[in-house]
Amino acid sequence: MFASLGQSRNAPGLLFMLPAAVFLLCFLAYPLGVGTWLGFTDTKIGRPGQFIGLENYEMLWTDSVFWLSVFNTVLYTAVASVLKFALGLWLALLLNENLPFKSFFRAIVLLPWVVPTVLSAIAFWWIFDSQFSVISWALMKFGWIDRPINFLGDSFNARASVISANVWRGIPFVAISLLAGLQTISPSLQEAASLDGATSWQRFRFVTLPMLTPIIAVVMTFSVLFTFTDFQLIYVLTKGGPVNATHLMATLSFQRGIPGGQLGEGAAIAVAMVPFLLAAILFSFFGLQRRKWQQGGAD
Amino acid sequence: MTISRRDLLAGTAGVLAGAGFGLPAFAQGAAEPQFKPEAGASLRVLRWAPFVKGDEDAWIANSKKFTEKTGIDVKIDKESWEDIRPKAAVAANVGSGPDIMLVWFDDPHQYPDKLVDVTPLANYLGGKYGGWYPGLEGYGKKDGKFIALPLASIGNALLYRDSQIKAAGFQDVPKDTKGFLELCKALKAKGTPAGFAHGKAVGDGNNYAHWLLWSHGGQMVDDKGKVTINSPETVAALKYATELYKTFIPGTESWLDINNNRAFLANQISLTANGVSLYYSAKNDPKLAEIAADIRSTNFPIGPVGKSVELSQTTSSIIFKHTKFPQAAQAYLKFMYEAEQMNDWIKGSSAYCCQALKAFESNPIWTSDPIHAPYAKSSAMLRPNGYAGPLGPASAAVMADYVLVDMFAEAVTGQRTPEEAAKRAEQRATRYYRG
Repeated sequence: MFASLGQSRNAPGLLFMLPAAVFLLCFLAYPLGVGTWLGFTDTKIGRPGQFIGLENYEMLWTDSVFWLSVFNTVLYTAVASVLKFALGLWLALLLNENLPFKSFFRAIVLLPWVVPTVLSAIAFWWIFDSQFSVISWALMKFGWIDRPINFLGDSFNARASVISANVWRGIPFVAISLLAGLQTISPSLQEAASLDGATSWQRFRFVTLPMLTPIIAVVMTFSVLFTFTDFQLIYVLTKGGPVNATHLMATLSFQRGIPGGQLGEGAAIAVAMVPFLLAAILFSFFGLQRRKWQQGGAD
Repeated sequence: MTISRRDLLAGTAGVLAGAGFGLPAFAQGAAEPQFKPEAGASLRVLRWAPFVKGDEDAWIANSKKFTEKTGIDVKIDKESWEDIRPKAAVAANVGSGPDIMLVWFDDPHQYPDKLVDVTPLANYLGGKYGGWYPGLEGYGKKDGKFIALPLASIGNALLYRDSQIKAAGFQDVPKDTKGFLELCKALKAKGTPAGFAHGKAVGDGNNYAHWLLWSHGGQMVDDKGKVTINSPETVAALKYATELYKTFIPGTESWLDINNNRAFLANQISLTANGVSLYYSAKNDPKLAEIAADIRSTNFPIGPVGKSVELSQTTSSIIFKHTKFPQAAQAYLKFMYEAEQMNDWIKGSSAYCCQALKAFESNPIWTSDPIHAPYAKSSAMLRPNGYAGPLGPASAAVMADYVLVDMFAEAVTGQRTPEEAAKRAEQRATRYYRG
């Protein structure tokens, strides 16, 4: 049998894939499996649980805080992703032009992404402070408002504040990735289009954008996943407040699972995020990556 | 924090003398348990990272004394206070890790069968040192047995600016909730409002919300664990809170634990509730000398219920059953709780930690600064979270899920009527107390 394995053309391939497979199994599949299992139990921190079927999910179904967190998460992800994409693409196009100090600008654009999230979140915490916000202070100095803006105390303001902080943090990733994509587009295509009399909008719409689509699909998939699972920003800024207006599924899962001790319920909330994540992945896969030329065929 | 070595020595000497005289009166209690540390024993203690440096210094110094006396090595690790709960639960669950931990609130009641029964030691200490405060005893005891030794409550009290209270036409902070509301109205009219956290502030938010509820006679559950939050008392508390909230500085519904400190020290609010650390932040900063000199402290006013009832953070010492050295661990705790060590520790904590045993009321720290006085009563007026029901996973989960904090925030911001807010809190709490 080993002899035939040695003869097989596939055996070395399988062998080389083994470390990656073991890694995936141990560090991704296993925790995911355990998490899913925990969602079907009433495990508390510090005591093993019993299998209770769908009870956690039935409880969540009737829990308005959970549904509020679902709404918040979808809103947060949708608004932040669209803004990040629009602003990121814009920034990438600008950086792709011939600017003075090009490398310098490209480097500093990455800064928000490089700063540890917790640090930038703390900076935003000060920026949005109900008494000491620099924005409120400046506007009051100008005499445009007469009292500090209630950034994190009002539901609408709080949502807008956390989304803007997330957008600020997420733009560099989108911009730099799209910039990399832009650089792979051969200038000769643009030149050809120019010679044919295409306007700059037409060049963008019919040359740049189609060439960029595969990269956009990958970048936005990642961006949506990062945003959907965001935790640190919310936890530092509001801990989900005011009155759960900014609680995301990830923060609610943590709050109930770890400080609240209801590990099973926390796991169930985390598992409830999976369908949304799968939907986002499938959308980008089928919606944006369908072009045949990616597989070497003609579009 | 700002206690010099000389203060400490002088204070300790006084305490020793005091304790020496005080002892015989209390010594009638349980027999002194004798622990025989296992051969080659060594202990690992995991505690919360200190809020006051003197606390840690005293704890380490006491542990060193224990090592010198017994030859048992004690290794002390610390974790940020928020990580204590999951760490302790995991240690209990997997059966390894530290031998002794200092944990919070109802933590011991999450895994009571994983903890060494310390009843003889607790009874001995209780008998010797004037008894445990009932509120703290509740945290340590389950089914008549001590599964933990209550260590301290982290006192919470009103801190205010004397000049601003006087400017508003009051000599002191009124002792009743009605007068208190009048004071807050006057403070707002003077442009020096009060501020209490209605956001997801683990400590300040919960302390304030529980005081509002309890002072009006409301309670989350009855003694059987049946949810009773939706009551006329609760609605009265919510209405009172709404009136009070109108006098606050704007934005308190977003406040986390640190915001009231910042606002107070920046002269933005005249009155708030906090641990004594806020006073020391002002006192230790030369730039804030003026504010520090103006700070006074007092307890929360008494509501219709007629007595002081408050929540404050509490901590207990637990010994895990998985320890290889249960005798050494108990000997260690016994040593740490004896007057000589305990007085040093309470003194070192500079009024941040309030004793669990009544005899330590006489610790000189409580009279060393008038600001400390209300903090000395912290343990006496303490009620466990989840009052009046049993402690356990449900009480822990309801507090961690901010059910009470959210209820008040919903009502005061006008998102829901008081009646709706109480009903919703009932629904949310029932999810945890259902079985």
